[in-house]
Amino acid sequence: MNRKEKFAEVVLTVVGLTSVAVLALIIFFIFREGAPFFAEVGLGSFIGGTKWSPGKGQFGVLPMIAGSFFVTLGALVIGVPLGLGCALYLSEFAPKRTAAILKPLIEILAGIPSVVFGFIGLTVIVPLIRDRLGGPGFSVLASALVLGIMILPTMVSISYDALRAVPQVYREGMLAVGANRWQAVTSVVLPAARSGILAAGILSMGRAVGETMAVIMVAGNATIIPGSVLDPVRTLTSNIALEMGYAAGLHRQALFATGVVLFVIIGALNIVARSFVRNRVR
Amino acid sequence: MRYPKSGRRLASVCLLLCLTLGLTALPGCARRGDKAAGSITLAGSTSVQPFAEMLAEECARKYPDRPPVNVQGGGSSAGARAALSGTAHIGMLSREPAESEKELEPTVIAIDALALIVHRDNNVVDLTKEQIRGIFSGRITDWGELGGTPGPIHVISREEGSGTRGAFDELIMGGEDVMARAIVQDSNGAVRETVAGDPRAIGYVSLGLVDDRVRAVKVDGVEASVESVRSREYILVRPFLFVVKGDPTPEAKEFLDFVLSEEGQRILSEEGLVTEER
Amino acid sequence: MAPSSGTDGAYGPGALKRPKRSPGRFGMALVQGCAVLTVAVLVFIIGYVMVKGARVMTPGFLLGSPEKMGREGGIFPSIVGTVSLTLASVIIAAPLGIGTAVFLTEYTQEGLFSRIVRFGTESLAGIPSIIFGLFGFLFFVIRLGMGWSILSGSLTLAAMMLPTIVRTSEEALRSVPDVYKETAYALGASRWQTVASVVLPTAMPGIVTGVILAMGRAVGETAAVIFTAGSSLRLPKSIFDPVRTLPVHFYILAREGISIENAYGTAAVLLSAVLLVDFAAYYILHRISKKRPVARR
Repeated sequence: MNRKEKFAEVVLTVVGLTSVAVLALIIFFIFREGAPFFAEVGLGSFIGGTKWSPGKGQFGVLPMIAGSFFVTLGALVIGVPLGLGCALYLSEFAPKRTAAILKPLIEILAGIPSVVFGFIGLTVIVPLIRDRLGGPGFSVLASALVLGIMILPTMVSISYDALRAVPQVYREGMLAVGANRWQAVTSVVLPAARSGILAAGILSMGRAVGETMAVIMVAGNATIIPGSVLDPVRTLTSNIALEMGYAAGLHRQALFATGVVLFVIIGALNIVARSFVRNRVR
Repeated sequence: MRYPKSGRRLASVCLLLCLTLGLTALPGCARRGDKAAGSITLAGSTSVQPFAEMLAEECARKYPDRPPVNVQGGGSSAGARAALSGTAHIGMLSREPAESEKELEPTVIAIDALALIVHRDNNVVDLTKEQIRGIFSGRITDWGELGGTPGPIHVISREEGSGTRGAFDELIMGGEDVMARAIVQDSNGAVRETVAGDPRAIGYVSLGLVDDRVRAVKVDGVEASVESVRSREYILVRPFLFVVKGDPTPEAKEFLDFVLSEEGQRILSEEGLVTEER
Repeated sequence: MAPSSGTDGAYGPGALKRPKRSPGRFGMALVQGCAVLTVAVLVFIIGYVMVKGARVMTPGFLLGSPEKMGREGGIFPSIVGTVSLTLASVIIAAPLGIGTAVFLTEYTQEGLFSRIVRFGTESLAGIPSIIFGLFGFLFFVIRLGMGWSILSGSLTLAAMMLPTIVRTSEEALRSVPDVYKETAYALGASRWQTVASVVLPTAMPGIVTGVILAMGRAVGETAAVIFTAGSSLRLPKSIFDPVRTLPVHFYILAREGISIENAYGTAAVLLSAVLLVDFAAYYILHRISKKRPVARR
């Protein structure tokens, strides 16, 4: 039996290292393709440059960084309050049976493929913006709306878990001193769940930054720094997806370099999120 | 007792599956650059792709015994690289080969024209090359300046590196940049869909894709047609090429012959491409 | 919208009868509105796709092959492609993910080693799908010479599914009551015996649910799949053949305007599959958790 034990241990250790191995491979390959670019063009002109014109050798990704930033910001403005409100309702105010039905239903939203979101955004939201608000319709607003809806399940799910993790005594204590349900929630439960909710927000932000297909369909992909929410915009992920198929040489390295930038941004976001999750009230 | 057996069985099943998968993957690893025996892979321009797919479909229907043809997109540059590296048997290009691609043998399968399209309700019918350049570079911003109903012009372009965009840059822009504000879509079809839905939009697509929801504008007074393209009176033309590295494999040659045959050329011209006079 | 109907137990029976002038009424209505809006959006999206897609849903559509690049004909090759790609991904990812979870919960202490493994897993979770696509293209398609194929695609998708499976499996494993393990050890079982005969089977429903949900998400993946499994319309005959999965087909049909109707039909099939898979997962979890005290997901 001892040999079997050893065998199981070895196998499981190897298996346990797969994630690390895959991660290492990904980092290796992406950085290897992208790093020479930084040596050639330089980090400053890459991140600070405002003109993206690979044909002319210009590789400024600032418009795309701005694009990702504004689109994500918009998505959070729309998705976080909506998702948090929904989670609050499910956790604190909804009848148990309603919550039991609604919660899985909302998690199903997570299963809808991003291309479907993007296409509905394209056929419903873009024309709506174009006809009612002006501009070409492809815009920061359209992207923010689509992404905001896409991050809802993440936001609802994790916030709900955070709220449910708040001990019952907190609520009971407030009610015992005469507060009503809403007061109990806003003054005690919400603050107690604060770090979990923050983690939800940050994870949703990571999802929004990393989304590609849906954004390509509704953002317009113009390489400008948007001046208004009705302006078309291009995100870092869209930049990679749009041009990767055609790119060669320096252009291709530039796209991998974009991938590196993305990687670093999302990695930083995740580290911050994880530190909040660790401090979550159990 | 149920528990011990199910746990052990599960573990061994998982291990077995991993091993099986590992074994089936090995031949793949050894096969550097080879494709599944007998099939032909085409890769390259997304403009040529739909036509290649149609040819593949017809070929399979007429000659069911021939090896299957797989068509990939990826863009003209990717197609050239695939042909050079052996990942694909035939590369599809919607532009002339570049310097680095001189090693490849090009075969013209048809001529494609670029149509400047606007919404079907747009009343602008004719534009000069200079006007088009002005629109796409951002100097002309209002339809009123062109004789149409006043309103901002929504410029739709393709992504950098696309063969269609490359052709447009070369034939119209002449070194000037397409404005950064232009909306970029990632395929001919997407451009057409956008223009079809926006009365203020203008874009460029393969002539073969023009349908009745958009209208092709005359360029310098010349309307795009089979005759004007063949005679090169219409200036926005580009070749569709199949490229091979060295000599094509027998199966690839068979397919090439089919494409160049009367049947193949008929299919292409029915879909809106212009084939050479026979 | 009177807030007096339940949340049984959370606030106790006496908490409900408050005078209506309490300031929280607006707040409670607001959050209820949020939930209503969220559900409404969900229902709208699913309904929109299903209704528009229902028009083309004939057996011929499901079993036929695409003609004229998808303008006419069916989507059978895409259905087969999607199924095989997803199955292959699960076959690769499940053992690896579950194994990693077992490793993390049963075989290590909280030390440097386990932290490295955990770091690896959680970092993978945050990587955007396009980066996986790039990696899969560089490594599987080109470097290992697998070309655009089900193999390349499934390996890439498996990497994407790994973190989710590890996370949910770990949760399920941790929920196994310590008593079970202690009893097994007390009876003289070794670590592997305990894991295999007691811990794993108990946690199985939670693990299975996690795998199924990860699978549901992988089905909808598009960017990574285009770069690694290709977009050929042919019926795949082996794992070395390229496939065009349902989301990719939908994307191409819809974007190119080849056939909006068929696009919706494709999306409807895809959505139905995802919904079915999700419902199956919840059903399994619900049924089995009724039978015995089991790991909650």
